[in-house]
Amino acid sequence: MKPNNWAIKPKKLATKLNKLASKMAVALSSCLLSVVVCAADTIKVGVLHSLSGTMAISETTLKDTVLMMVEAQNKKGGLLGKKLEAVVVDPASNWPLFAEKTRELLTKHQVDVIFGCWTSVSRKSVLPVVEELNGLLFYPVQYEGEESSKNVFYTGAAPNQQAIPAVDYLKQELEVERWVLAGTDYVYPRTTNKILEAYLKASGVSEKDIMINYTPFGHSDWQSIVAEIKKFGGAGKKTAVVSTINGDANVPFYKELGNQGIAAEDIPVVAFSVGEEELSGIDTKPLVGHLAAWNYFQSVESAANADFIKQWKAYIKDDKRVTNDPMEATYIGFNLWAAAVEKAGTTAVDTVAKAMIGMTAPNLTGTTAVMNRNHHLSKPVLIGEIQDDGQFEVVWETEWVVPGDAWSDYLPGSRDIVADWVAPIKCGNFNTKTAKCSGQNY
Amino acid sequence: MITGGNIFTVATLRAQTALFVAVLFGVTLYASVCNLLLPQDSVFYVSTYTVTLMGKYLCYALLALAVDVIWGYCGILSLGHGAFFALGGYVMGMYLMRQIGDRGVYGNSELPDFMVFLNWQELPWYWCGLDHFWLAALLVLLVPGLLAFGFGWLAFRSRVAGVYLSIMTQALTYALMLAFFRNEMGFGGNNGLTDFKDILGFDLQADTTRVALMLCSALALGTAYLASRLILASKFGRVILAIRDAEDRARFLGFRTQDYKVWLFVYSALLAALAGALYVPQVGIINPGEFSPLNSIEVVVWVAVGGRGTLYGAVVGALLVNYAKTRFTGVMPEAWLFALGSLFVLVTVCLPKGLAGLLSRLGSRRRRLAAVDA
Amino acid sequence: MTLQKRIMQKQILQNTALWAIVLVLIGYVFCRPVYGEGEAVELPALAQQLAGVKLKELPNLVGQLEVAGKTAVVPLFEALLNGDLYYRKVDRLVVIARLSPAGDYQLRDALLVTPLGRAEKKALKKIRISNRVRSGLRDAIARLTLFSDDPTLRRPAVANLFNRLDDDSVALLQSAAARETDTDILATIERALALHTLLVSPDIPAQLQALDKLDGSLEPVVRNRLAALLESTENTGATRDPAVIRKAAAVLHSIHADIEFYEFLETLFFGLSLGSVLLLVATGLAITFGVMGVINMAHGELIMLGAYTTYVVQLLMPDHIGYSLLVAVPAAFLVSAATGIVIERSVIRFLHGRPLETLLATFGISLLLQQTVRSVFSPLNRQVESPSWLSGSLELNAVFSLTYNRLYILVFALLVFVALLLVLKRTSLGLQVRAVAQNREMAKAMGIRTDWVDALTFGLGSGIAGIAGVALSQLTNVGPNLGQAYIIDSFMVVVFGGVGNLWGTLVGSFSLGIVNKFLEPATGAVLANILVLVFIILFIQKRPRGLFPQRGRAGQS
Repeated sequence: MKPNNWAIKPKKLATKLNKLASKMAVALSSCLLSVVVCAADTIKVGVLHSLSGTMAISETTLKDTVLMMVEAQNKKGGLLGKKLEAVVVDPASNWPLFAEKTRELLTKHQVDVIFGCWTSVSRKSVLPVVEELNGLLFYPVQYEGEESSKNVFYTGAAPNQQAIPAVDYLKQELEVERWVLAGTDYVYPRTTNKILEAYLKASGVSEKDIMINYTPFGHSDWQSIVAEIKKFGGAGKKTAVVSTINGDANVPFYKELGNQGIAAEDIPVVAFSVGEEELSGIDTKPLVGHLAAWNYFQSVESAANADFIKQWKAYIKDDKRVTNDPMEATYIGFNLWAAAVEKAGTTAVDTVAKAMIGMTAPNLTGTTAVMNRNHHLSKPVLIGEIQDDGQFEVVWETEWVVPGDAWSDYLPGSRDIVADWVAPIKCGNFNTKTAKCSGQNY
Repeated sequence: MITGGNIFTVATLRAQTALFVAVLFGVTLYASVCNLLLPQDSVFYVSTYTVTLMGKYLCYALLALAVDVIWGYCGILSLGHGAFFALGGYVMGMYLMRQIGDRGVYGNSELPDFMVFLNWQELPWYWCGLDHFWLAALLVLLVPGLLAFGFGWLAFRSRVAGVYLSIMTQALTYALMLAFFRNEMGFGGNNGLTDFKDILGFDLQADTTRVALMLCSALALGTAYLASRLILASKFGRVILAIRDAEDRARFLGFRTQDYKVWLFVYSALLAALAGALYVPQVGIINPGEFSPLNSIEVVVWVAVGGRGTLYGAVVGALLVNYAKTRFTGVMPEAWLFALGSLFVLVTVCLPKGLAGLLSRLGSRRRRLAAVDA
Repeated sequence: MTLQKRIMQKQILQNTALWAIVLVLIGYVFCRPVYGEGEAVELPALAQQLAGVKLKELPNLVGQLEVAGKTAVVPLFEALLNGDLYYRKVDRLVVIARLSPAGDYQLRDALLVTPLGRAEKKALKKIRISNRVRSGLRDAIARLTLFSDDPTLRRPAVANLFNRLDDDSVALLQSAAARETDTDILATIERALALHTLLVSPDIPAQLQALDKLDGSLEPVVRNRLAALLESTENTGATRDPAVIRKAAAVLHSIHADIEFYEFLETLFFGLSLGSVLLLVATGLAITFGVMGVINMAHGELIMLGAYTTYVVQLLMPDHIGYSLLVAVPAAFLVSAATGIVIERSVIRFLHGRPLETLLATFGISLLLQQTVRSVFSPLNRQVESPSWLSGSLELNAVFSLTYNRLYILVFALLVFVALLLVLKRTSLGLQVRAVAQNREMAKAMGIRTDWVDALTFGLGSGIAGIAGVALSQLTNVGPNLGQAYIIDSFMVVVFGGVGNLWGTLVGSFSLGIVNKFLEPATGAVLANILVLVFIILFIQKRPRGLFPQRGRAGQS
C-alpha cells in the first residue's frame, strides 16, 4: 500500500470520515430496512419434500406442484397484496432430517406454511416440531388416520375415504367373498388391514376367507406370494386382493400377477397406493382391469381438471407427465390455505387455522372439498379400472363427498375418540366415553 | 500401512487433547449461555435450532469416534456400527415411550400408542421395567455391548478379518434393520418410536432441556475422547496398534489378539450406543432406518474425511460432513448429492489420511522449513 | 389361464342380462332352426349401438350381440376384450383399430373384418369396458368357440365351461363331446361330465365310475367340488352312499398328494429363479471383488445403468420391442463396461492394495451415478416393456406352470456364467486376469501389462452388472434406486460362495435362493430374509472364507 494515499490534510480527513460515516449509516439503515421490507413483503411457503433418496420418486412431483401453485398465485397478484416465496429444502428421505429441516424452515426461514411429507414416519417425525413451534403443515397423502393435530391439515384420504368404499364396491358390484389383504409391512397397511379385517368380519366374512400377507419394503420376488394368492383364489369363491403394497414393490408384483396368468376378471386387485404416476413407469397391458381407489383420477372429465392438467404439463414442460391424487390433495390444500389467509387477513397460524375450518375449495373432480372440524377433508371416493394407456376409467363413485374420519370406528382403541378443533372440545383426540383429551399441552 | 497418532510425541498429544477439550467445552458452553440468557433479538443469540443441531452433531461425532477407535487404531472396518447406535437409541426411545404414560393420544397408560391401534393386548416382556431410568441406562450399554461381544467373540475367534468382517457387520445391521421393520417385533415398525414428552421429568421441548442434552452430549464426547486417549496410550493400546500393523506378529509374540480385539470392539460399540441414546431425545424419533447399512457407511466416510487414526480427525470429519449436509440440503437441494459424492471420492483418492493427515503434513513441512531456516 | 375359470366356476350370474343370455343360448343349442337369416340385418345395427354405450348397458348389449351374431361376433368380441374396438368420432362407425407401424391406426369393419382405411388417433374414441363386461365376453367367446374347427380355440372354451359346470354348460359340453376329435380335449370334457354325473346322478355305480375317471385330475374345480361334497355330507349328514364317500375321500387324497408334489416342484423353480437373479447380480461382483479385491459399492449403480440402457434402446426402436432386448444386452454390457473402465482409470487404480478405501470411493461414485440418473431421467421410474415372448407362462398342467420371463432369465444367467468361465479359462485375457489375481508382481515380471488387465477386468465385471440390469428390467422397477436393492445381496452371495471363486458364486446364489423360497411359505418373506442373513453370518464364523475358499498365496492377503 502506498503511503501517499493517506497524505490528506487532517481537516479534510475529518470531513471525509464524517461523510463516510453518514453514508454508511444510510446504507446500513437502508440495508436493515430492506431486510425488514423483504421479510414483510413476501409470504414464505416452505416445501418439505424429499428430492433425493428412496422417496424422491414420489415426492419430487409434489415439490413441483407446490412451486407451480405458488407461481400461479403470484401471477394472480399473490396474497394479501404480497408475493409468495417458496423455500425448498431437501430432507433426503431421512426421517430425523425431516424434523431438522422443519425446524430450519420455521425458525431460520420463518415460513408461514409448510407443504410437505409423504410417508407417515416423516409426518410423525415432523409433528412434534410443528406443534412446538406452532407451524402449519399441509399433508397431502392418503394415510392410516389415527391422528389429528392442531397444526396439521390432512388433505389426503383417511382409510374411510379409500379402503372402506373400495371393499364395499368389491362386495356389492363384483360379489367378492374371499379376501387377500396384501401389504408392505409398515404402519399404513397394518392399520388399514386391521380396519378392513374388522369391517369384513363385522359384515359376516369368516376368518378362513381372509388371507393377510406382509412383505418388506421394495420386495421384488413375488413368485411365492402370487402363487399363494392363486391357490387361495382357486378355492371356488370369487376372490379379490386389497393391496396396500407400497410404491416400488408394485411393479414386480403386477408383473408376476400378469405372468402367472391372473387376470383382473379372475382376481381383481384394488390398490390404494397405485396412481397414474406409478403406472407411468409400468407396461400396463397386463394390468388392464385391476382397480384403484382414490379421490381423484386424471381421466375425470371436468373443466377444472382439464385446466389443471394443461397448467401442469406447461409448467413441467413435458407433455407425457401425468397428474395424480396427492397432487390434487396438494392443489386443494394450497387453495384452502390461500382462501383461509384471505379470509383471516393475516398469515398468523392460529387465525388461519381457525379460518380453515369449514373452508371450501373446488376439487378437480367437479365437486367441492370441505375442511372439517377434525382437520380432514370431505372428498368424493372414486374407483377406477386401469386402462392400457396407464389411465384409470372410473367405474364407480360415491354419490356424495365422504368426510374423512381421523379415528377409525372399526378399531377398538379409537372407536370412542373424535377430533374436533372447534370450541368447546378443541382437541384432536377427545374420548367421548371418558370426556377426556389426553396428552395435549395446548 | 496406517501411521496414525503414534507419530506424535506425548507432549503434542497432551496439547492436542487439551486443545480439543477446551474448544469443545468452550463452544458448547458459549452456545448454552447465549441461548438461555440472551434475548432473541440480540446479535449474539444462539437459536434453539442451532443448539439442537449442535447436539445432533455431537452425537454423530461420538459415533465417528467409536468407529475411529476400531478402524483407525485396530484396522477393523465395521460397516455395522449404526446397529449399536440404533440399539442404544431404541432402548432410550423405549424409556421415553414409557415416560409418556397416559398422555398418549389414546390415554392408555399401559401401552404405547402404536400398540393400542394395532390391537396389542399387553406389553411385551422386553418392554417391562423400562419405565426406570437406571434400568434403561443400564440396558443402553448392556444390549449393544452383549451383541458386540457375541459377534466379536465369534468373528475374531475364527479369524474373520478384513473385507469379510466388514461385510459381515454390514449383514448384521441389515438383518437388524429388516427385523425392526417388522411390526410384530413390537418396536413400532417403520414409524419407529416418536412423540416423546419428557426425560427424567424434564420437558423435552424446553430450551433448558435441549441445552442440557447438548451439554451431556459434549460431556460424553469429551469423556469418550479422554478415555480413548488413555486406553490407546496404555499397554492395551500398544498391543492394539501392534495388531493393526501386523496381527500375525503380535500373535506370535504371545498376545491373544482376538481377546484384545473383542474388548476394543465392545468398547467401541458402547460408545456408539451411548451416542445413540443421547441422539434420540434430541431428534425426537428413532426408526429402523438408522440400522440401514448406508448410514453405517456414511459414518465411516466421516472418519475418512476427518482422518482416521487421529481421534480429533474423526470428530472434525463428522462435524464437517454433517454441517455440509445441513447447508447443502438447504442451499442446493437438487445437487447436494453431487457435492457429497465428489467429496468422498476426492478425499479417498487425494487425502488418504483425511484432513488430519493434511494438517500434520502441513505442520511437518513447516517444522522442516523451520529446521532449514535454523 | 386356468385360474380364471377356476374362480368363475361358482360365480353366480345374478345379473339378469347374463341370465338372459344363458336362457337364450339353451334355446340356441336345441332349437337352432328357429332363428332365421333375418338376424343378419339386425346385427350391424346392434353393433352400431356400441358407439358411446354406457358401461352399465354394455353387458346387456353383449348378450344381444351374441344371440344375434353367433360366431360372427367373435372377432368383434375379441377386439372389445383386447381394447382394440373404437368408434369414429365423425360418423360413430364402430371399427376395429390397430396401431400401424406408421403411427396411425389401421381400421377394419367390426363385423366383416374388411379393411376400412386408416385414421389418426384423434379421430377415434375407444369403447371402454369393465371387469364385468370382460368376464361376460370371455364366457360368451367360450360358448361361441366351443364348436370351432381350431382345437386351440376349443381348449380354453372347454376349460371355461368346465369351471362353471352348471346345467347349461353341461348341455353344451355333451353336444361338444359327440363331435370332439382331439383326445386331449375329449378327456377333459369327459372329466367334466363325470364330475357332473357324480354330483347329480342318483345311480351309485355311475357315481363310482365317475370317481374313477376323476382320479388324478388336477383341475381346481374337481377338488373344490369334491371337498364341498365331503363337507356337506359331514355337516348335514346328506344321503350319500358310504362307498361313494370313501372313494371320493380317497380320490381327493390322491389329488392332494399330486398337488403337493407339484407345489414342491414349483417352490424349487421359484428358488432356482431367485438364485438365477442373485447369480446375475453377483457374478459381476465376483469378478471385481473376488478377482481384483475391489469392494465396489457402485456395483448396484452399474446394474441400474444396464437397466436404463434397456430403456433407451426401447425408446430408440419402439417398433421392435421383441428384438430390443437382444440389442440391449450388448449395449448394456458396453455402457456399463465403459463406465466401469472410467471408474477404474480415474479412481480405483490409485487405491491399489487398499480394498477398504475402494469401498469409500466407490460409495461416493454410487451417489454420483444415482444423482446423475435422477437428473437425466428424472427420479420417476421408467417404463420398460416386456416383449410378448417374455410374458405369460408355460403351462405344464392345471397346477404347475413356469413363467416365461423367469425361465428365460434362469437360462440367461447360466449362459452368462458359462460365457464368463470360458473367457476366464480359455482366452489369453482370462489367463492374464488370473495371473494378476494370483500374483501381481510376478505377473508384471512376466511382462503382463497389469494396468491394462486391471482396467479390462473391472470393465468385464461392470459389463456383466450391466447385463444383469437388462434382466432385472424385466422383473422390477427401472429407477434410480434399482441398484441399492441388490448390492447387499450380491455381497452376501460372493462372500458365502467364497471370494475369488466363480463356482462358489454359482452354488452360493442357487442355494441361497432355494433356501429362501422354501423358508418363505413357513415364515413369511421378511423373516426368511433375516434367517438367511443370520445363517450366512454364522456360516462365515465357521468357514471364514466361504463355501469354496481360494487356496494358496492369493487367498491369504
